[in-house]
Amino acid sequence: MATVIPRIDVGDNYKEKYGFFDPEKYVFKAKRGLNPDVVKEISWMKNEPEWMTKFRLRSLNVFEKKEMPNWGADLSKVDFQNIFYYLKSTEGQGKTWDDVPADIKNTFDRLGVPQAERKFLAGVAAQYESEVVYHSLHKELASKGVIFLDTDTALREHPDLFKQYFGTVIPPADNKLAALNSAVWSGGSFIYVPKGVKVEIPLQAYFRINAENMGQFERTLIICDEDSFVHYIEGCTAPIYTSNSLHSAVVEIIVKRGARCRYTTVQNWSTNVYNLVTKRAVAYGDATMEWVDGNLGSQITMKYPSIYLMEPGAKGDVLSVAFAGKGQHQDAGGKAVHVAPNTSSNIVSKSISKAGGRTSYRGLVKVYPGAKNSKSFVRCDALLLDEQSRSDTYPTTEVDEEQVRIGHEATVSKVSDEQLFYLQSRGITRAEAETMIVNGFIEPFTKELPIEYAVELNRLIQLEMTGSVG
Amino acid sequence: MAKARRRTDLDLDTKTAGKLTKAMADFEIDDLRVSVEGREILKGVSLAVNKGEVHAVMGPNGSGKSTLSYTLMGHPNYKVTGGHAYFKGKDILTMQPEERAKLGMFLALQYPVVVPGITMSNFLRTAINAKRGYDGKDKSKAINVKEFRQLLGDEMAVLRMDKSFLSRYVNEGFSGGEKKRAEILQMAVLKPEIAILDETDSGLDIDSIKFVSDAVNRMRGPELGVLIITHYTRILKYIKPDYVHVLVNGEFVRSGGSELADWLEAKGYSEWVKEPAKEPAGMEAI
Repeated sequence: MATVIPRIDVGDNYKEKYGFFDPEKYVFKAKRGLNPDVVKEISWMKNEPEWMTKFRLRSLNVFEKKEMPNWGADLSKVDFQNIFYYLKSTEGQGKTWDDVPADIKNTFDRLGVPQAERKFLAGVAAQYESEVVYHSLHKELASKGVIFLDTDTALREHPDLFKQYFGTVIPPADNKLAALNSAVWSGGSFIYVPKGVKVEIPLQAYFRINAENMGQFERTLIICDEDSFVHYIEGCTAPIYTSNSLHSAVVEIIVKRGARCRYTTVQNWSTNVYNLVTKRAVAYGDATMEWVDGNLGSQITMKYPSIYLMEPGAKGDVLSVAFAGKGQHQDAGGKAVHVAPNTSSNIVSKSISKAGGRTSYRGLVKVYPGAKNSKSFVRCDALLLDEQSRSDTYPTTEVDEEQVRIGHEATVSKVSDEQLFYLQSRGITRAEAETMIVNGFIEPFTKELPIEYAVELNRLIQLEMTGSVG
Repeated sequence: MAKARRRTDLDLDTKTAGKLTKAMADFEIDDLRVSVEGREILKGVSLAVNKGEVHAVMGPNGSGKSTLSYTLMGHPNYKVTGGHAYFKGKDILTMQPEERAKLGMFLALQYPVVVPGITMSNFLRTAINAKRGYDGKDKSKAINVKEFRQLLGDEMAVLRMDKSFLSRYVNEGFSGGEKKRAEILQMAVLKPEIAILDETDSGLDIDSIKFVSDAVNRMRGPELGVLIITHYTRILKYIKPDYVHVLVNGEFVRSGGSELADWLEAKGYSEWVKEPAKEPAGMEAI
């Protein structure tokens, strides 16, 4: 029997549901703008070790020297001096659900984090504002030695492990925005899965921006030790703002020999957010890294989850969906870098453009000399919903080894009159038919999501679609 | 409203040959003219179908059969240039396809369309709910899981369809027979009052044609009028029509009872065009 996605009432309470504001209760609110003093203050507020303060200041220096990336989406409107770089919403960390402030719980209620999910969750790391406020870890996981903390706490509680891996996958000098994140990062998740431990339940975090002009610079670090498994999920919804907001995260993942890591994202930032994220994983011998990445919101997204296949047998998958409506540009894709022989990568990108929205697939497949018998397949499917919308692909392939199999396929299609007529002839309205066709188009993505996220994604698509019709 | 009806000799007046029954039928097509890409395909056809009746529209290739079925269901590529079609007293020709469906019309397509990523189960449920007027708000209007399962289970048994069919994507990778059975399944669960079956027998193997016909015959009754559009007489051996109309070059040229189908089987459309009505050998296994 198929999974039936229930219809959900999205009605006209969208703003109420997704665009509400809770009264801001900030313990500390930094000034706008960026300079060494702000960075030092952040580090001081967090009681960080000296090496981190220095790392931040070094990163700021790199940030100031680096040029903005100019090869992708238009970032000319980003004003780094008009952003708050640190906010803290409660004094300490909530240890149990009871310790979590009521208005924050209220936010999660309104976000619709299902009760059932809470019950089954091994731990919820919910980033509210810039810092994780609630964090609980299931006893069973803790007994297996799994560490699942917000990144700030991890730095305090596991300083050696932290220092060993932090910044090793994405150094500050990687790009301007990674440097920025390295200078002002706050919050994010830290996961360590010991050798041979399989975490059966997805670990999840909910992110939310709730202050005007607030940048969110979370930093996530995941280490999967040999033969381990973890599935991490971040889901984002954001309130509506009147001025630009910047989200610039860094996600570093280390997947050791024989391990498997899946990282799932469904982002739905409000459409004034610049979502500029650097995500990279290194996969060692026979390890598997899977990025499942959905981008619906934001004004501009630039995100290219990458996998470096470092040792023989490493595998990498990137499965992504982008939806660009009016005024949005989703510049997304994936990178696979084959360093060792017998490595394989698979990049599948699906994009939908509507009402003048623009999607771009930007990808890189690179095969180093000696990476014999490497295989890579890239597939990009674009769906255009009207004449005003746009889709481009910018695939780059650099192969310095002859014994490889590289494939690339790209399609661009429109919602066909025949499909619409067929569905309408069964009593389904045109708007609903279009939504169905779009949901069907991204089904290869949706079916990889846990059911509650699949439902959420279908609902978001429904919201996006109904916005246009009529 | 409908114009006053002329009563004419059915076999002779080509204009009104299709019109067999009383002045105001449940479903009436009146002097319908349709163009496709600027070319007139239907040149004024009239037909009256009452609930409880089965009509067959037969004709050679290019006679306008599919144009008739697509037009009646509201496909945007078919431009109505004249005439009317009334169902339940309403002129349906200005309605959207979904409005016609909700009013009680159904079209089983000759070439059912693939909708990737949408399961048959999701599709059927959405269609049933749409027909019930469920707009996502009033849950009491939506079909519940138990009811849905039972409804499908019964109909799928008649059509000899496996349960796994429900988790497949709409028409994707379906054989010819599976597609047609899926169409009839949709008809069975949507319970229309006027159903148009467009070349439902084409591409069917002998078993499928039997299962499909059984399902249609099961639905026959005082609440359903059927319009079977077909080139060949084969399906009419399983679903006996009450009336047969011959469409040639966009006009009805003859109407009669089921015996007209037998006559066509013997003579073909040779009276009007050079083409046999009898199915060529080897067609059955497509």
